Amino acid sequence: MGLKSWSLRKSPWIFHLSTGSCNNCDIELLDCLTPKFDVERFGIVLVGSIRHADALIVTGAVTRQAAPKLKYLWEQMPKPGLVVALGTCGCSSGIFRDSYNIIGPVDKIIPVDVYVPGCPPKPEAIISGIVKGLAKL
Amino acid sequence: MEFSLKPLLYFLVFPGFAFTAIVGLLSSWVDRKVSAKVQWRVGPPWYQNFADIIKLLHKEIIVPQGSGFTGFLFAPLLGLAGATLVSTIIWVINLNPDSGFVGDLIVVLYLLAFPSLGVIIGGSASRNPLGGLGASREMKLILAYELPFIIAVFTAVLKVGSILLGDIIGYQQVSGIMLRHPSCIIAFLVALICAQAKLTLVPFDIPEAEQELIAGPFTEYSGAPLAIFKLTRAMMLFILPVFLITLFWGGMNFHGWQILASCLKYLAILVFIILVKNTNPRLRIDQAMKFMWGPMTILAIGGMILAVVGL
Repeated sequence: MGLKSWSLRKSPWIFHLSTGSCNNCDIELLDCLTPKFDVERFGIVLVGSIRHADALIVTGAVTRQAAPKLKYLWEQMPKPGLVVALGTCGCSSGIFRDSYNIIGPVDKIIPVDVYVPGCPPKPEAIISGIVKGLAKL
Repeated sequence: MEFSLKPLLYFLVFPGFAFTAIVGLLSSWVDRKVSAKVQWRVGPPWYQNFADIIKLLHKEIIVPQGSGFTGFLFAPLLGLAGATLVSTIIWVINLNPDSGFVGDLIVVLYLLAFPSLGVIIGGSASRNPLGGLGASREMKLILAYELPFIIAVFTAVLKVGSILLGDIIGYQQVSGIMLRHPSCIIAFLVALICAQAKLTLVPFDIPEAEQELIAGPFTEYSGAPLAIFKLTRAMMLFILPVFLITLFWGGMNFHGWQILASCLKYLAILVFIILVKNTNPRLRIDQAMKFMWGPMTILAIGGMILAVVGL
């Protein structure tokens, strides 16, 4: 295990992007930052700028309006980086699959490393998903 | 003049860059840990900031299209150079007050402004509206806090009658610490609050207010330049309290049991700064300017008048 992968796994900074979610997954993601789960124990910090991020967390089925922005943000993320599709909608479009304004799940636009299903996923599942994804890097 | 490696060693290893960076990163960890305790959390492990810096050094560096390339990449180095120089000067004088090392109070005051200058240049060069706004707020903040800070610092100079840092430490070794004078207690409090603004910690984190400006001047930075900015901030978190201790609290002393006292002095100031950070809301920039040019400056001038009277 090199210094590079050690440091990446010990300090993943996450950037949260909602591409048309119902706000359910977003609130579960914020739950991870509360004192009960306290992801700062693992060095996970929520950052506001995509330039600082190591993990792009996408919630929601991708709408027609959000798709180009999602692609642009992924291109602007400094590599190596991780993409996490959070929630059933992000993984497979969920109940919005046949909707006229949905392009499709996140992996139709950008490559996804980790899928965390659930409606919404539990905070434990989110933490476990990010940790498993970082082990791959 | 013969060539000697000693000054280089001073700048790069012991009192200068490496030492200050390591202790600074550890103090940033103390900051995060104490903040976590205040918020009833566990907080990160001790190596967290080292992991952050190493990770950022390995990441891709992105220079945004249309930004000022030279200014964008040069700005973090300017701040780092300033922090390194000022830490070297302060430490060499603390370790050996009689040394003929150049650098008096005015040089130190100028160099302490360098990291903020780097932030302004970087934010303006990044061609991001949030970065530009952050840089402009940083500029206003400098204008606000420098006036009371300099008046407070010169209260100590007035008391000693010398502008050399070595003389100030020597005076305190002979006739007790500065903090026993009422005038210097006032000056110390003013300087402490100005140090909070210099570090842009919470009541004065107006330039990088994350809820409104994302990260302010640092928005467009990624990879190594961001790591250098973080490192500079960590070094300032270490060196500013040490500077205040040097001026008002007898300096850092490393003979026998004095080591423990010096560390405790530093930790006391650090924890005070962190607690202020965790228990206050952010001010608006106009409120900060009013606060600094109003009550703080009046208090600092009052302290100076007391010093002139002889208290």
